[in-house]
Amino acid sequence: MAAHAPTGRPNQLFRNLNAKIASIPMMLVALVIFLGGTIWTVFYSFTNSRLLPRLNFVGFDQYERLWASSRWIISIQNLAIYGILSLIFSLVIGFMLAALMDQKIRFENTFRTIFLYPFALSFIVTGLVWQWMLNPEFGVQSVIRSLGWTSFAFDPLYNPDIVIYGILIAALWQGTGLVMCLMLAGLRGIDEDIWKAARVDGIPMWKTYLLIIIPMMRPVFITTLVIIASGIVKVYDLVVAQTSGGPGNASEVPAKYVYDYMFQAQNLGQGFAASTMMLLTVAIIVVPWAYLEFGGRKRG
Amino acid sequence: MNIRAMAAALAATVTLPLGAAYATDLEVTHWWTSGGEAAAVGELAKAFNATGNKWVDGAIAGSGSTARPIMISRITGGDPMGATQFNHGRQAEELVQEGLMRDLTAVAEKGKWKDVIKPASLLDSCTIDGKIYCAPINIHSWQWLWLSNEAFKKAGVEVPKNWNDLVAAAPALKKAGIQPLALGGQPWQANGLFDVLTISLGGKDLYEKVYKDKDAKVAGGAEMAKIFAAAAQARDMAKGSNVQDWNQATNMVLTGKAGGQIMGDWAQGEFQIAGKKAGTDYTCLPGLGLNEYLTTGGDAFYFPLLKDEEKSKAQDILAAAIVDPKTQVAFNLKKGSLPIRSDVDLAAANDCMKKGLDILAKGNIIKSTDQLVSADTQKQKEDLMSEFFANASITPEAAQKRFADIIGSAD
Repeated sequence: MAAHAPTGRPNQLFRNLNAKIASIPMMLVALVIFLGGTIWTVFYSFTNSRLLPRLNFVGFDQYERLWASSRWIISIQNLAIYGILSLIFSLVIGFMLAALMDQKIRFENTFRTIFLYPFALSFIVTGLVWQWMLNPEFGVQSVIRSLGWTSFAFDPLYNPDIVIYGILIAALWQGTGLVMCLMLAGLRGIDEDIWKAARVDGIPMWKTYLLIIIPMMRPVFITTLVIIASGIVKVYDLVVAQTSGGPGNASEVPAKYVYDYMFQAQNLGQGFAASTMMLLTVAIIVVPWAYLEFGGRKRG
Repeated sequence: MNIRAMAAALAATVTLPLGAAYATDLEVTHWWTSGGEAAAVGELAKAFNATGNKWVDGAIAGSGSTARPIMISRITGGDPMGATQFNHGRQAEELVQEGLMRDLTAVAEKGKWKDVIKPASLLDSCTIDGKIYCAPINIHSWQWLWLSNEAFKKAGVEVPKNWNDLVAAAPALKKAGIQPLALGGQPWQANGLFDVLTISLGGKDLYEKVYKDKDAKVAGGAEMAKIFAAAAQARDMAKGSNVQDWNQATNMVLTGKAGGQIMGDWAQGEFQIAGKKAGTDYTCLPGLGLNEYLTTGGDAFYFPLLKDEEKSKAQDILAAAIVDPKTQVAFNLKKGSLPIRSDVDLAAANDCMKKGLDILAKGNIIKSTDQLVSADTQKQKEDLMSEFFANASITPEAAQKRFADIIGSAD
């Protein structure tokens, strides 16, 4: 492309033409499928569509019913608990593992593989594995009881009050390996000289991490945050495999509400209303953040 | 003799491939996957294959609530199967209204379905605007209490004669380390149990006022409060049965780990496969031993509208085969359900099935909730009941208030 030197003002539209042509399919997908699908869904959430979409507007009825439903409220609460905790724990544990891994230990490759391995499993498999692990008759509880602590009780999946933590455990087991890898890549990107300088100045290691390294890893943290957060909002398969929402409604999540009402209850309108609320929640969190992050300065 | 058999076998090998050339493959989707159910499906497939066509089995594991969304999205998404199971009632109503299902009126007239299918309400559920869209295959009723004789022997109490006896025997069972009532964790099971309590403890009038007339006042009234109190008792008795699927819960009764289970007559198939005998190994109480009314729910086959001529013909053949007396006997004996026609001979039926047939003959039948309310209302009820049964901190009064709201807005 260097061969054809610019004469005068180049037409902005035709700059990097090849790249633009190449991205047309992706743009179409984004516009038609994502944006179009979203608008369609929001639009039909104001109708009383049952099994098939119908244009029979009922205003905000579906939303009123949604927020009056105790199952939806439980779903939202569960998502909040699960989301906040899984964000905190996967970042903290992931970073700690990466920091430990970065101490020039032996067999690093082996450890890295072991920690990352669960990520290769789907949520369905993860859910089933942990369903067995947390089953009081076969899993952790029975192992510890057989060791002598006969009063030991740990059956989160059968206790409505703590079932969501049982799901959290499985999610962390599956996901922290990836966070660790991302963090490790970030740590490896830090210049050796910074460490040397910190050591010369006599700064303790934890302080170096906290005050120098972590602020320098900001881009890595943001990438990780986006990956974890998108995983949280769409959590569905893990719950289905592990508890199918039970006991009772105690581990329901919004995505499952959407599916159940769209397909099992044959009430598309209600499902669309719920998915619109999910979109709105994400928008409320993402838009101000994106505005602060990208709005202020122009990026070239 | 031997030569003849050989010749017959040879002839068969020659004719079979020829027959296969004309045979049409028809994919049939259903959610019959437990032991007894699979055996029954085998009978149906055999009957269809005998007509020279080929049954392609499309079993979907994980109960109807998992299977139905898959079936519906295949039909609405333009990839219809040859035939599919639904429950009697309103589950496929909108699919029919959209013209996605094949009209079976011609087959029905030829087979005189209007005369042979009993009770008539089954065919009514298949009929929309005067046309028939489904072939009913069996009648399933929910109102059964299955009891393990062994468990009661171990606990040193008599085998209950009705629900109240079981409630009274619960402390003794608990003392002997036996779960008084087995209940799987899937929402539809808690919901079904509640409906059974409504009919069997409350009677036909109460049930019809609530589900047929959708009277919110009755649903929130004193009569219904009694049912909720009984449901709370059932909740206490079922506490600790950490199983999900219905057949796992039935298995607890089968092995004497649980005293009883309220489950539809499909549980019968499990007892049969395990080689247990009604009366000596287990006891069945229709209507919980109190009000002997059965709901006539069950299964029916629907046939999506296909473009392929050959397949459409095969659909008609399958529809006729389903209602055929011979298939009815073979299928229902294995499944533990009741046949949809009264002119078949079920001499081989066991005691429990005979009890069911008697009640049918007496005409003590009610439409099931699947026939009376929409899938949407059914799901809301399921949400409420599964929450109520899993969480002992919800009082019967609070649950009843929510129940009345659901009935008030039901359709």
